[in-house]
Amino acid sequence: MKIALCVKQVPDTTDIRWTENNTIQREGVESIINPYDVYAAELALNIKSEISDVHITVFTMGPSQAEDMLRKVLALGCDDAVLVTDKKFAGSDTYATGLTLSRAVRTYLPDFDLIICGQFAVDGDTAQTGPNIANFLDIPQVTYVKTFDSCENNELYLTRELEDGIEKVKVSLPALLCVLQRDIEPHRATIRGVMNAVKKEIKRCTISDINLSPENTGIKGSPTYVSKAFRNVSSHKAEKFTLSTKDSVQLLNEKLKSLGVLNNV
Amino acid sequence: MSEVQYSGILIYAQLTRELYIHTVFFELLDKAKELSQKLGLVDVNAVIFTTPGLIDEYKESFRNKGVNKVYYFEDERLKDYSTEYYSKLLVDLTGVIKPEILLIGATNQGRDLAPRVASALHTGLTADCIELDINEKGKLAATRPTFGGQLMATILCKTYPQMATVRPNVFKINLNDNFFETEFVSCPVNLEGMEPHVKLLEFKRTVDSVINDLDSAEIIVTGGKGLKNDKGFELLRRFASSIGASVGATRGAVEMGLASSSIQVGQTGKTVHPKVYIACGVSGAIQHTVGMEGSDYIIAINNDENAPIFDIADCGIVGDVFEILPEFINQNKS
Repeated sequence: MKIALCVKQVPDTTDIRWTENNTIQREGVESIINPYDVYAAELALNIKSEISDVHITVFTMGPSQAEDMLRKVLALGCDDAVLVTDKKFAGSDTYATGLTLSRAVRTYLPDFDLIICGQFAVDGDTAQTGPNIANFLDIPQVTYVKTFDSCENNELYLTRELEDGIEKVKVSLPALLCVLQRDIEPHRATIRGVMNAVKKEIKRCTISDINLSPENTGIKGSPTYVSKAFRNVSSHKAEKFTLSTKDSVQLLNEKLKSLGVLNNV
Repeated sequence: MSEVQYSGILIYAQLTRELYIHTVFFELLDKAKELSQKLGLVDVNAVIFTTPGLIDEYKESFRNKGVNKVYYFEDERLKDYSTEYYSKLLVDLTGVIKPEILLIGATNQGRDLAPRVASALHTGLTADCIELDINEKGKLAATRPTFGGQLMATILCKTYPQMATVRPNVFKINLNDNFFETEFVSCPVNLEGMEPHVKLLEFKRTVDSVINDLDSAEIIVTGGKGLKNDKGFELLRRFASSIGASVGATRGAVEMGLASSSIQVGQTGKTVHPKVYIACGVSGAIQHTVGMEGSDYIIAINNDENAPIFDIADCGIVGDVFEILPEFINQNKS
């Protein structure tokens, strides 16, 4: 089985800078792997440990510095990687990113069986790139995937976690999955894994490699743009009391009475 | 694409698993009417996917609420939500009626459907908006939190339809009666040659979503990592029941396994705006506060006086939840 694992390097969200065009300044900002993508990798590695003959190619779109992150993901036990990088990709929204990544997967892993992404990226939190890739490759998608349960006859059995409950589904391959975070400690790289990762190949993919016109990617290829970005300010009065337990309970009682909460019961 | 031929607002009326029209539709409908006025009273239309014979059940829900047309697809194959079927038909409809704005609730289903439809239509989509407006050029200005809620971004779309998803419970419903005829339009279900690749095998409702209804709760008590363990959460539940509140949890508490993600409040969970919100052992990460800042009155109890939750609480109590809550429950035993 050939798996394309799509991961994203995200800026540390405590240190945000914007460019003059109101796009996010990525250079010079501390970067981490998107936490959801850690669990996308976990799911891919889980499949690899359950089924024989699984090959995982990691894809990411971003600046050159994303190569460090790719090495870390390779060290977990993935096989090779493609860094989709070109100045012309800069400023892509989710539509342009989905199109660009779908072209990269089609070019570098044309016989893929499965694409795995994180459900959200913690910077944009749009949850759109995965379904966009699936649309451009005309394959089914399963979002909000919590676990991989089994694989039989070219069909994956999966558990989804939704706002109202848990779904068990099956999907025939090829398909794309968007994976949620889990409350388990993810795989860590072994020393052997880190050493092996150094030797693994990271291909570089530019715009000319995937037959994409500059009109269809980056800022030009993005149907949406940020017109204004501003800080979120609270309208709540920040009043703070440090009292004894007895007085704290008293205060809580009074507040809840004045708000009509305690009279309700 | 000429913008002249695109007109009106189309809203996706999602059906819940129990076959009710999701309340987010009515929230969007109210907002859409406001947008329609700013656009010079363009049509506000709805689209619904249902099974044969059921549309009559819904007609009353749409009437007198200011919906011009309800486009409906009826087919046995549409009984359960299917990304492939629903997106195909919604793309078909959009191609015919050409709305300038397409709004979808940012439920799990909406966030599965909307990006698929947007990319198939080669148009832009702004996810998880908290405000929608029309700018001076008559374009949809969609505002959403980014970077864990630290920044708000207002996003415009160069293509049509301009698409947005909006979380449930962000817009309040105050539907006034509009006494004009709503037209119901049956749409052709063209799914020839399509076979669903995804099959639903089993659904199990999570317990918390039955006993909890955070969307409509007037009082919410939320627990964070400061509750430490199951015992802490049990204490929180007792506190909640002593004042008739619903229980919520932060992402941290959910990740620690103390609560189900179905009651998670925050950017990756629910958005709530109860009359009173009581955060217990909640540090106040922006990821969380973006989902509850709209509450009318916020009380926070935390033993860390520097916790950021105090910056947005109307009443902050610096203290130990393990001392304050038991004492409170004790005093309020009837």
